[in-house]
Amino acid sequence: MAALYESYTLCALADTGPEGTRAIEPDRDRDRVVITESGRAVTVYKVSDQKPLGSWTVKQGQCITSPAVYNPPTKEYVVVTDEKVVRVWKDEDISIEKAFKATVSAEVYRLHSVPDREPLVLFRHGAVRFLDSLLAAPQQTIEEVLSEEEVIRWSAAVQMEQQLVLLFSTEQRGQHCLYVQRFSPNALVKHRLETDSTNSTPLSYAATYRDGNIHLLYLFSSGSVYESVLQARPTVPAVSGTVQALPRSLLLKLPVGEGELTAASALPVDESHIAVVGVPHPLAGAGKDYLCLWNTHFQTLQAARELAGKIYGQLWCFSGKLFVPHGKILSVIPFECQKSSLAAAMGKLKQTSGTNGITLSVWSCIDTRRHNNDNTLIIQLKMSTRNQSSCPTAEQLAEKIKVGSEKEVQKQVEEFLHGSQPEELQLTAGRLASALVMRCQADPTFYPQAAFTQLVQTNYLCHSGCPDLLVLTLEKNDFRLCQLCLQLFQDIPEAVTCCCLKTILSFQDSELEQVDLEDGLLFMKALTQTAEVSDDGDSGQHNGFSREPLALDMSCPVGLHKGALLNEVLQVPYSDSLLLPHLKDLNVPQVLLFLQYLRFLYLKYSQDAHSRIPALRKPTVTQIMDWVCLLLDAHFTVLALTPEAKSLLTSLHKFVRSQVKLYSELGKIEGSLEALKKSKQSREIGQYSIEVIELF
Amino acid sequence: MGEFNVHRVRFFDYMPSAIRALAFQPQRERIAVARTDGTVEIFNRADCFFQEKVIPGRQQAATEALAWVGDRLFSAGLNGEIIEYDLDNNKTKYTIDAYGGPIWSITSNKQGTHLAVGCEDGTVKLFEVHEDRIQFERNLAKQKGRIISLSWHPSGSKIVAGMMDVIHIFDTETGQSVQRLLVDRGVGTSRSQECVVWSVVYLSDGTIISGDSAGKVKMWDSRTGTLIKSHQVTKWDVLTLSVSQDETSLAVGTSEGHVVQFQFLSMVLGQEDKEWVRTRTFKNHTHDVRAVLEVNTAIVSGGMDTQFVVRPLLDKIDERGQASALRNIQFPHRRLVSCARKAGLLLFQYPGHLELWSVLTVKRKPEKLLHLKIKGEEHICCSAVSPCGGWIAYSTVASFRLYRLHCENNNVSIIKVSKLPKVLSSANQICFSSDSSHLFVASTCSSVHVAILNQSGCKFVCTLKPKSGERFYLVGNDMQRVIYCFRMFQPHCTVPVHSSGVSAMAIHPTTNNLFMVHADQQLTEYSVEKKQYTDWSRQVQRHGLHSLWLERDTPVTNVTFNPKNPAHIVLHDMYMFCIIDQTLVITRLPNTRSQFYNQLTLRSMPEKERKKHSHAFKMCKIFKELLFVELMEDQSLVVVERPLMDITAQLPAPVRQKKFAT
Repeated sequence: MAALYESYTLCALADTGPEGTRAIEPDRDRDRVVITESGRAVTVYKVSDQKPLGSWTVKQGQCITSPAVYNPPTKEYVVVTDEKVVRVWKDEDISIEKAFKATVSAEVYRLHSVPDREPLVLFRHGAVRFLDSLLAAPQQTIEEVLSEEEVIRWSAAVQMEQQLVLLFSTEQRGQHCLYVQRFSPNALVKHRLETDSTNSTPLSYAATYRDGNIHLLYLFSSGSVYESVLQARPTVPAVSGTVQALPRSLLLKLPVGEGELTAASALPVDESHIAVVGVPHPLAGAGKDYLCLWNTHFQTLQAARELAGKIYGQLWCFSGKLFVPHGKILSVIPFECQKSSLAAAMGKLKQTSGTNGITLSVWSCIDTRRHNNDNTLIIQLKMSTRNQSSCPTAEQLAEKIKVGSEKEVQKQVEEFLHGSQPEELQLTAGRLASALVMRCQADPTFYPQAAFTQLVQTNYLCHSGCPDLLVLTLEKNDFRLCQLCLQLFQDIPEAVTCCCLKTILSFQDSELEQVDLEDGLLFMKALTQTAEVSDDGDSGQHNGFSREPLALDMSCPVGLHKGALLNEVLQVPYSDSLLLPHLKDLNVPQVLLFLQYLRFLYLKYSQDAHSRIPALRKPTVTQIMDWVCLLLDAHFTVLALTPEAKSLLTSLHKFVRSQVKLYSELGKIEGSLEALKKSKQSREIGQYSIEVIELF
Repeated sequence: MGEFNVHRVRFFDYMPSAIRALAFQPQRERIAVARTDGTVEIFNRADCFFQEKVIPGRQQAATEALAWVGDRLFSAGLNGEIIEYDLDNNKTKYTIDAYGGPIWSITSNKQGTHLAVGCEDGTVKLFEVHEDRIQFERNLAKQKGRIISLSWHPSGSKIVAGMMDVIHIFDTETGQSVQRLLVDRGVGTSRSQECVVWSVVYLSDGTIISGDSAGKVKMWDSRTGTLIKSHQVTKWDVLTLSVSQDETSLAVGTSEGHVVQFQFLSMVLGQEDKEWVRTRTFKNHTHDVRAVLEVNTAIVSGGMDTQFVVRPLLDKIDERGQASALRNIQFPHRRLVSCARKAGLLLFQYPGHLELWSVLTVKRKPEKLLHLKIKGEEHICCSAVSPCGGWIAYSTVASFRLYRLHCENNNVSIIKVSKLPKVLSSANQICFSSDSSHLFVASTCSSVHVAILNQSGCKFVCTLKPKSGERFYLVGNDMQRVIYCFRMFQPHCTVPVHSSGVSAMAIHPTTNNLFMVHADQQLTEYSVEKKQYTDWSRQVQRHGLHSLWLERDTPVTNVTFNPKNPAHIVLHDMYMFCIIDQTLVITRLPNTRSQFYNQLTLRSMPEKERKKHSHAFKMCKIFKELLFVELMEDQSLVVVERPLMDITAQLPAPVRQKKFAT
C-alpha cells in the first residue's frame, strides 16, 4: 500500500523565467535542497523547516541556463549562466558575482552532481567533461558528438556501485534517441527509442539504479509508461553504425482522458510504485491536475491528490518526499510506499475463506478499469460467440440498464448471469455493476436490489470494480447488501470501511431489526444466549479456576442486528496506518458504543463462549483487540476528557491490567521452568577441575 | 564409603578418525572397520560388538575399501596398494602395488578364489588368492574413467563396476564389457556435474542396484540393461549400499547421515511378484555415512562423524536383550591413558605422539610436562608409564621404545634407553610391575617378554610362552580366550574359558585374586593361589547380576583396586564408574527388585537407614564420556573425560543441518 500525506508549501514560484531551468537538486544532507528558479535565483531550502538558508541571484541581464548543483567533494555550488560561464561559489559567499567564474568554449546543456565525485558537465552537442578537468583548462576545445539538428531533451547521471553513467536523450525530426555515456573507459552507446504506435512523444524520463541494472522509465504523451533495462556493464560492445532500438516493456497504461498529455511526468519512487503528475484520475473525469501513485505490479491506483493551479509536468523526489510545482507554489508531499505484495495490497487480515476470490477480484478490477479507458475489451466481447442467442450481450445490457425499468433490468441481469460463462462474468460483472450504480445515482427511485445481490454473489465483483456500490447501499440503507459486500469484497478502502462503521453505529437498533442478516445474526444470538446458559448452568470450575471475577456487566450494548453488522466490519481487511486517520471521523457517542461492544465481545471471547458457537464467519480475538487498540489510539485524548467514557476506560484498564499481570506471572513461570531445565544440564566446566563426590 | 577428591580432567584431546569402510565376515561374525587414518578394527558381533583387535594405522594411509576372503582380511586404498593383514599379530602381513593408480574399491567373489580391485586408470584387476599371497591374474577391458565401485555376481562369472555416469558389466571369463548402463545426472545445478556411481550391488537374480551422487538408488536388469526402478533417496549423495545375506533387505547410506532400508516385498499379499520397497529411515549420524552393513538382525553404519552405530532391526529380534539395543560405539574398547599412581602423572596416547601431564598437585594447575613425538609413519599401538613415574614405554608396529624420565620440580628430562634387548621389537600390550622394577611386553606369537629395569638400563630376563612372570603377571589372549597365569616366571595355571572376551582385568595386589570383566558385562574373580573361582565370584554367578548392569552397552575398560581398602574394586566404562564393595555382596547383591542406581536415594536418607538400603555396586554417573578412571595412592580419583560435544565441534560441517520445523 502507498499513501500520500498532508502536503505543505515550500516556497512560492516566480512567474517569470523559462520553465526549463527550474530545477531542484539535492544538497549536502537529506533535508536540504537547492532550488533554481526564474532563471536568475538559486535558493537553498531546509525542507522540514520550510525556510530558505541562503539565496543568490545573478545580475540583471544574465540568465541561469543550467540549474545549480552542489558539489559534495568541494562543498561548493556550481551554476552555468549564459550557456558558457561556469560559476562556482561557497556557502559563505554573499554574491555570485564575486565568486570564481570561468568561460568555456562551448555551450553547456546541463550540470549533473554525483555523490562523492566531481560534477559532470554535459555540453549542448553531446560532449561530456568532469568539472575539475574542464575548469583546469576552460578554453579546451569541446568536440561535437551530436549533429546540428539533434537537440538534447533530457539527461541524468546514474551512480552505480563503482561506475558512473550519464544518460541523455535527444530529438531529431521526431526521432528520439538515447545515449549512454560510460566512463573509464569512455564509451558512448546510442539507442533508438521507439515511439508509441500513435505519433506520441516522450514527455518525461527517469533513470534509477536497482539490482545492478539501470531502469529507465519514460512516459509517452499517449499515457503509456515504458521501462527499459540497461545493463550496468555492456555485455556486447556496440557495433558502430547500426543503432539498435532499446528493448522496452509496457509498465503501465495511464488513462489520458480526452486528447493527449501535454505536461506530465512519471517518476519511480520504489520498485513497484511510480508517481505520476499531470495525468487525469481514472475516476474523476478529464482534469489532469492530479498527482497519483500507481502500483505497477498490480496496476492499481494507490493514492491520488488533486493539485490546484497549473501543472507544469515537473516532479522530483528526495528522501521520501515528492516536490511538485503547481500553480504558484512548490508543494512538498511526503509519501509512504509499503513493500508491495498481494497481502499488503489487500490489507491486513485477509479472509481465508475467500482466497479464491482475492485473485479474481484483483484482475476484474484491472479489467474493468481498462475497459473504461479503451474500447478493446468491448470489441472482444462482441466477437465472443454466445451459446444462447436469447441472452443479451454485456453491451446491450449496459445500454438497457441506462433506460429500462427496474423490473426489466432485474430480469435482464438475471438472464445474463444465468447465460454467461464464468470468464465473461469476470470481465463484465464490474461494468454491469458500475452501470447499475450510475443509474441509481442518477435516478433516486431506481434500485434493483436483487440484481445487485446476484452480481455481488457471483464473487467476480470487487470494490475497485464499482467503487460506489458500497456507498450506495449505505445511502439506501440496504444493510443486507452492505453485509454481503463487506463479506465478499477484499479491497474496501479504509475510508469506506469507516464510513460503513459510522453509518451502522449511528442507526437505531429498532430500524435495523427488519434486516435479514442470516448467519451473522445466528452467531450474535448464540453469543448472547451462551452468556445466560453459562451464567446459571455450568459456571463451574475449570481446572480449579472459577470465572466469577470476570462476570461483569454482560448485556450486549447493541442490538443483535447491529452487532452482526459490526462483526462484518471487524473482519474487513485493513492497514493500520491507513485506517487510523479515518477512524477519527467517528464522534464520541459512536466511539463509546463501539468500544462497549468490543469490550462485550472480548469478555465473551475470554470466556471462550465463541468456540462453542458454530458459525462460518466470526471475528477473531486478535481482530477485536486490534480494533480496540486502533479506536483508543484514534480517540484517546477525546475519551479521556469525556466523563461518560470514564467507567468504560477504567474497566478496560482494569481488564488490561489483569491480563498484563497474568502474562507477567506466566512469564515468571516460564522463566522458572527454563531455569529448572538449565539446572539439569551440566554446568560449563573447563579443562580441569577438582571436585568432591561422596559415595554411600 | 566416603568422600573422594576427584581430578576431573578434560584436556585429553582424543579425536577418533572417520570410518571409511566396513566388511562383514559371516562365518566368524567379525566386522572389520577401516578408518581414514588407516586403522583397522575388528569387532565381534557375537560378543556384544566387542572391539577385539586394533591394527594401528599410519600416516598417509588412505584405506578406501575392505574385503574378507574367508578369514583373511584385505584392504586397498588411494595409495594404490593392496594390504593383507596379519590378524594374529595385529599388523600388516604384506603390501603389494596394483599398478593401476589409486584404488577405489576391492571386493572378493563368493567362492573366495579371486579379488577384484577397481583403479583410477579405468581397469578392473583380478587377483588370484593363494595360500599365503595373492597373485595378479589379469585386467578386464580397460574403460575410460575411474572404477569407483565393484560387485561380483554370486556365481562369480560376472562383475559389475560403477564409474562416472556409467555402469559396466564385465564377463570375468572373457574380460569384456557385456553391458553398459548409463546413469542420469541430477537435475538443476548438478546437471553439469558427473554422476558418480558410489556403490553397486549385484544380486543373484541378475538385478543390479546402484547408488549415485544424484541421490538415487536404481534397480537395473542386467540381462537387458534396462532401468527397472529409480528411487530418489536424498538430495545429496547415496554413498554406500549393502544387501543382506538372503538378498531381501538393502541398506543405503547417504551423505545426509541417514540410513535408508529397502526391502524386497511382494506388493500384493500372497503373490510372487516382489519389488524393492523403501521401508525405514534411520537417522543416527550427523555426517556422511561412508559405510553401511546389513548384518542379519542389525544395520551397522559408520561415517564421517566417527561413530560406529549398530541399529537393530527389531522385526527380526524376538526378545529384548543385548541384540535389541541400539549401540553407538564412540570410544575404543581399550585404554589410551595410563597413569603413574605414585607420581601423579597421566600419559595420553595420541596416534602420532604421547603427552605427559602432571596432576595430583592440588595447589598447582595441571601442566604438560612432555610432548613426545614419534618417529616414522606408524601410529602408536600401545604405551605405558611406570607407577613410579620413572619410565615411559611405547610401541608401534615397527619399533619399541623405552625412556627414562626424571621429574624434579619443573625440570623434566628424558633419556632414551638405547640398548634394548633385541626381542623387544614391537608390542601389543605394555605393562610395568607395581614396584616399577619389571617390564612386561606382550608381543607377537602370544609371547610375553620380561625385562628388569634398573638405573643402568633394561635387561632381558625371559620370554613367557603360553606353554611355559614376575609374580602374577598376566596377559589376556582374546583370540583364544585362554588366560595363563605365571608365577615366579613359571607357568602357574590356566583360567577357565569364558564365552565372552575379557575387556579388562587386574590382579589384586594383596589377595592375589584375578578380577576380570567380560564384554558381556559378567564379572569373575579367580583365585590364583587356589586355582579356582573365589567364593565371591561364585556368589555373583549364582545371584546373577542386576539387569541394569547387564544392559549397559559399553564395556568396562579398566579395573583398579583401592590401596587402602582391599575390598574395594574400581571399574569404569564410558558412562559411569563404579566401586564394588566386596564386603557387602554376601548380604545384599542388587537383585531386580531393589533400586540399582541408588546413590541419590541414599544421599537423602538418614545415616542409619543407609546401611539397610545400600548394596555392593556404588554407581556414579556424574561423569560422562569417560576415557579413564584411576584411584591414586592418596585416595583421590582421576577422571579423564572427553565430551562428545568437543569431538563433534572438530568435525567438518555436515551437508545438512536439521533446523527446527524443517
